[in-house]
Amino acid sequence: MRSAGLSAPASSVAVAAGPVSRDAAASAPALTAACLAVSRDLALAFRRRGQLVQPLAFFVLVTLLFPLAVSPELARLRSIAPGVLWVAALLASLLALEFLFRDDAQDGTLEQYALSGQSLTWLMFAKTLAHWLLTGLPLSIVAPFAALSLGVGPAALPGILAAMVVGTVTLSLIGAIAAALTLGMKRSGVLLALLTLPLSLPVLICGARATELAVSGNAYLAPLELLAALAVLAVTLAPLAAAAAVRISLE
Amino acid sequence: MNLRDSRAVFAKELQAENLHVWRADRHVLKGVGFVLPLGECLKVSGPNGAGKTTLLRTLCGLIFPEEGRVLADGEDVRADLRAFHASLMYLGHEAPLKADLTARENLRYWIGVRRALPAQALDGALARVGAGAWCDRLVRTLSAGQRRRVALAGLALMFTPLWLLDEPTTNLDTEGQRVAGELMAEQLARGGAIVVAAHQELPDAVRGARVLELAA
Repeated sequence: MRSAGLSAPASSVAVAAGPVSRDAAASAPALTAACLAVSRDLALAFRRRGQLVQPLAFFVLVTLLFPLAVSPELARLRSIAPGVLWVAALLASLLALEFLFRDDAQDGTLEQYALSGQSLTWLMFAKTLAHWLLTGLPLSIVAPFAALSLGVGPAALPGILAAMVVGTVTLSLIGAIAAALTLGMKRSGVLLALLTLPLSLPVLICGARATELAVSGNAYLAPLELLAALAVLAVTLAPLAAAAAVRISLE
Repeated sequence: MNLRDSRAVFAKELQAENLHVWRADRHVLKGVGFVLPLGECLKVSGPNGAGKTTLLRTLCGLIFPEEGRVLADGEDVRADLRAFHASLMYLGHEAPLKADLTARENLRYWIGVRRALPAQALDGALARVGAGAWCDRLVRTLSAGQRRRVALAGLALMFTPLWLLDEPTTNLDTEGQRVAGELMAEQLARGGAIVVAAHQELPDAVRGARVLELAA
């Protein structure tokens, strides 16, 4: 209990909120703290919708460039669609990364998280989850439509959606490490890309493979499972690394 | 294991032992040491750049000293940093507020991460600092003094044994300073300790504080 460390008069001191019971000052459970961290980021994002829409618009634009640059022939577009979708998704998720921790570092929120008595790793996980909800999930939802415009048949769409959902989880988590590592820098855009892209190669390979199999009408479960394994690995390790990097940046 | 049972780490005193901190190639803290029993206030003063903020950040474990230790009840705080953090409240010279959220939302997210926060406690704290009329305005529309008051409302909600305050009265008008003094006096009265960095005079309520003078 929060007030427990203080001597007896603690509960008798008149505080504006009235007689604050010991329970009222009990520390927040970890789950509540995580929910608050997520909802804060969601609330902030919806007040600044531009930041939400930009990566999506970028993703759609890039995929629309290919019919113009390569060929409007549907058979050819269909064969390059998996690669196009995944490279575009990778670049779009990069765009959103710079804002992941930047504002929180500047206004002292990260500092307060680090000093909150909650696990910083857990709060970093919550923040990354919020980031995925704001970028990865919308990207996954838009991706099937982009695929349609590249001549992919509707039968392949569930597979594309599944691969994107699982793959973008890993992309967000890898991105969180890089974003936390570059917190100390003024302009981190290019370095962020250099750190993130090599680590994202397994996601790109498995994701594009799953999409390719889905487009050609084959079973895509094997690469999807590999993607899921990568996501599990990232969920367990990335928040730890991101928290460590944030601590260094606060020093 | 209840990590947030503050009694476990903190019941008697905070001690700094021969702290040496370097920032880049500058030797900022040169062997700072003090003992602060709970229930007392320590004022850290000194010219700009003397290392007041560095000292506070070292005390709360954001900066690890090159030499020396910070002890809570005689135990190195680095042994269980999370439990130590749960028993302190650090307020930097910038209030950790989001410009795109209202004062009330800011407090709900900021303090809610740390403690259970019933709505009436939140309202009480906001009224206490005189924020009742404007607590539903976006923070970007508030003045520096009003932001400071929101930070004070956050402080009023945290009954941790230790408060570390960096220039808590900057930008505050006389009424705001009175509230700040009152909050600090209450913290002392309920047996909490305060380390406050300030170059101005402290509010009357805590004028009897010990002073630690840092040289430039």
